[in-house]
Amino acid sequence: MDVALFIPCFIDACFPQVGVATLELLERLGCSVSYPMKQTCCGQPMANSGCHKDAEATERLFVRNFAEYDVIVGPSASCVHHIRHHLDHLEQTDEVQHVRQNTFELVEFLHDVLKVEAFPWASFPHRIGLHNSCSSLRGLREASMTEIDEPFFSKPKALLEKVAGIEFVMPQRPDECCGFGGTFSVTEAPVSVKMGQDKVTDHHTAGAEYIVSADMSCLMHQQGCAKRMGLDIGFLHIAQVLNGVSEQERAHARG
Amino acid sequence: MHAVDHVDNARRFLALTDNQAFLDRNLWGLRQKRDAQMKAHPEWQALRTLASEIKEHALSHLDDYLEMFERNALANGVHVHWAEDAEAHNRIVHQLLTAHGVKTLVKSKSMLTEECDMRPYLAERGIEVVETDLGERIQQLDNEMPSHVVVPAVHKLARDVSKVFARTLGTDPDNHDPHYLAERQREATRPLMLAAQAGMTGCNFAVAETGAVTVCTNEGNADLSANLPPLHLVSIGIEKIIPRQQDLGVFIRLLSRSALGSPITQYTSHFRAPRRGGEMHFILVDNGRSARLAMADFWYSLKCIRCSACMNTCPVYRRSGGLSYGGVYSGPIGAIIDPTMDFKRYSTLPFASTLNGSCTHVCPVKINIHEQIYKWRELVAEQHDLPFIKRSAMKTAGIILSHPLLYRGMVKAMHTTVPYLPSALVNSPLNAWCEGRELPPMPKQSFRQWYVEHRQHNDPHGVHTS
Ligand code: SF4
Repeated sequence: MDVALFIPCFIDACFPQVGVATLELLERLGCSVSYPMKQTCCGQPMANSGCHKDAEATERLFVRNFAEYDVIVGPSASCVHHIRHHLDHLEQTDEVQHVRQNTFELVEFLHDVLKVEAFPWASFPHRIGLHNSCSSLRGLREASMTEIDEPFFSKPKALLEKVAGIEFVMPQRPDECCGFGGTFSVTEAPVSVKMGQDKVTDHHTAGAEYIVSADMSCLMHQQGCAKRMGLDIGFLHIAQVLNGVSEQERAHARG
Repeated sequence: MHAVDHVDNARRFLALTDNQAFLDRNLWGLRQKRDAQMKAHPEWQALRTLASEIKEHALSHLDDYLEMFERNALANGVHVHWAEDAEAHNRIVHQLLTAHGVKTLVKSKSMLTEECDMRPYLAERGIEVVETDLGERIQQLDNEMPSHVVVPAVHKLARDVSKVFARTLGTDPDNHDPHYLAERQREATRPLMLAAQAGMTGCNFAVAETGAVTVCTNEGNADLSANLPPLHLVSIGIEKIIPRQQDLGVFIRLLSRSALGSPITQYTSHFRAPRRGGEMHFILVDNGRSARLAMADFWYSLKCIRCSACMNTCPVYRRSGGLSYGGVYSGPIGAIIDPTMDFKRYSTLPFASTLNGSCTHVCPVKINIHEQIYKWRELVAEQHDLPFIKRSAMKTAGIILSHPLLYRGMVKAMHTTVPYLPSALVNSPLNAWCEGRELPPMPKQSFRQWYVEHRQHNDPHGVHTS
């Protein structure tokens, strides 16, 4: 399958290894992957702050970059959520509609579209705590939420279960927000930090050696909190785990 | 008045680590009890939908139902007053009390009277108001606003309450036993209740079909306030109208389950007519509600039944405490209704959220709270009410991120400079980030650079761009 790879700005700049893992994983699964070179960002940081006018040019650039592809895949639920649910300020041309309808978050794409059955190359013999970001949980509905009574499901967990050796540990408040929230992490730093501390403590108490998530932004925030608190816990993007974590990545993940 | 500084208020509350931990634990406990109730009722989602639809119907025919309610109340022998705003409400209450020579008014919890700032208004005119709800009384004695719509003093530890009571009621400052404190408060308040010449209650639901009001409490204080004195005043926000008696069942089932995780409040009292020899007055208050009803994106916040489920689940509320919102209504619902009352003052509240969406999914009347918060941000930005730093940062970000070359330059600059910057020199966003967190280690190259080095030659799409 031909897919276009969308690497959000902060992954591009700060976490290239996540982009590489996503690309390699898609290729291993038989996809022919293109990476449009003029991509930057989805527009979310500005739009989330209320500045839709400032977001528009970036959103239009996103559409221009990806309109010619049938399927667009990006390893970040909040960015994909933005494209799909919040690109309302642009004129809804065919191109815009096409891009909105065909952009997938990596987990969705692997689970719902490719329906991947195995990751034979991956093994990760560790206790992990799964962090579902609010965008993936309540925004893209990648897992069941505790607010409503619905049968349990979790697309990221279903994928991770296929990796040899993984053991899951359960925090007390599995779907409480970790406090990243985009610019919230900076503009409301005191609350954001406290939420992050509580989150990593919850996982740490449950016995997690690593926290794994489909959202690198949440992980960046949690890792920052854990490091300041002196907690020994690692942070990995789900793409890295599904692609098979290298020794180097393992060391990096523990900061 | 200045805009509320939620960040600073939150920082101060977080510094009270015991109080914050207590608040978080307590409210999370309520959320879990609520979940258990929700799970025990397979028809929960259907109930939510029904409740939302009833409210929607009532609000879209509000004029008709208000008139019906008035007609029926009058026929029941109740006096009905209309108040356009807070000032009118307070004036009506004051006139009624003066006409009856009332010096002391006992009052059960009502957010509406808080909204109207009624207590200071009456105090200035020589009328004492005594709160009969325990939590509300604690807040009154401590000169604080309620910090939560259901449990107004939930941010206080027993030792804090003990301090307040020792100062105001003369209790033993070293005795922090909640039972002792509650008992002493009751002993102090009961004589006031017995002597009061007038009582006031709020209203949870006003039934158009019967002209009756329903008040839900756990302490029975509404009944005492309503039944002991000969004069009973009821403050009613006009959005509290529901069409029929039978609709009550839907809301009563949802209210306490969503709020406290208990099947029903201890007391669910229905007041329809004045008692023999007494007088009953309904004051129907608008105070900005009809203006809100006309706001395309925000009118359905009027469906709110003030259950507090959104506050209990809100991770920001549980860290920052209700007082940090600086308004009568706090938490997620406060963030969307406070700005309708005073846009400038509350323009910061829509930013006191991570947009995680938990509130929307616990709300028993299905208010799309987090979407309204998102919408409010847009309005605040459009009205140029964002702080200058944020405004200019977003403008710059918008320019850089829409120009690939600028963007690449910035990423490169970041990789070469950030690792060497002493954190004290890095300006505000990074400073704020480092307030409690480390920065991630900066990689040597971006994904894009890696791609150019390792893959670009394979990619027909990649080559033609640069
Ligand atoms: S907005 Fe919904 S959840 Fe929040 S207090 Fe109102 S009814 Fe309850």
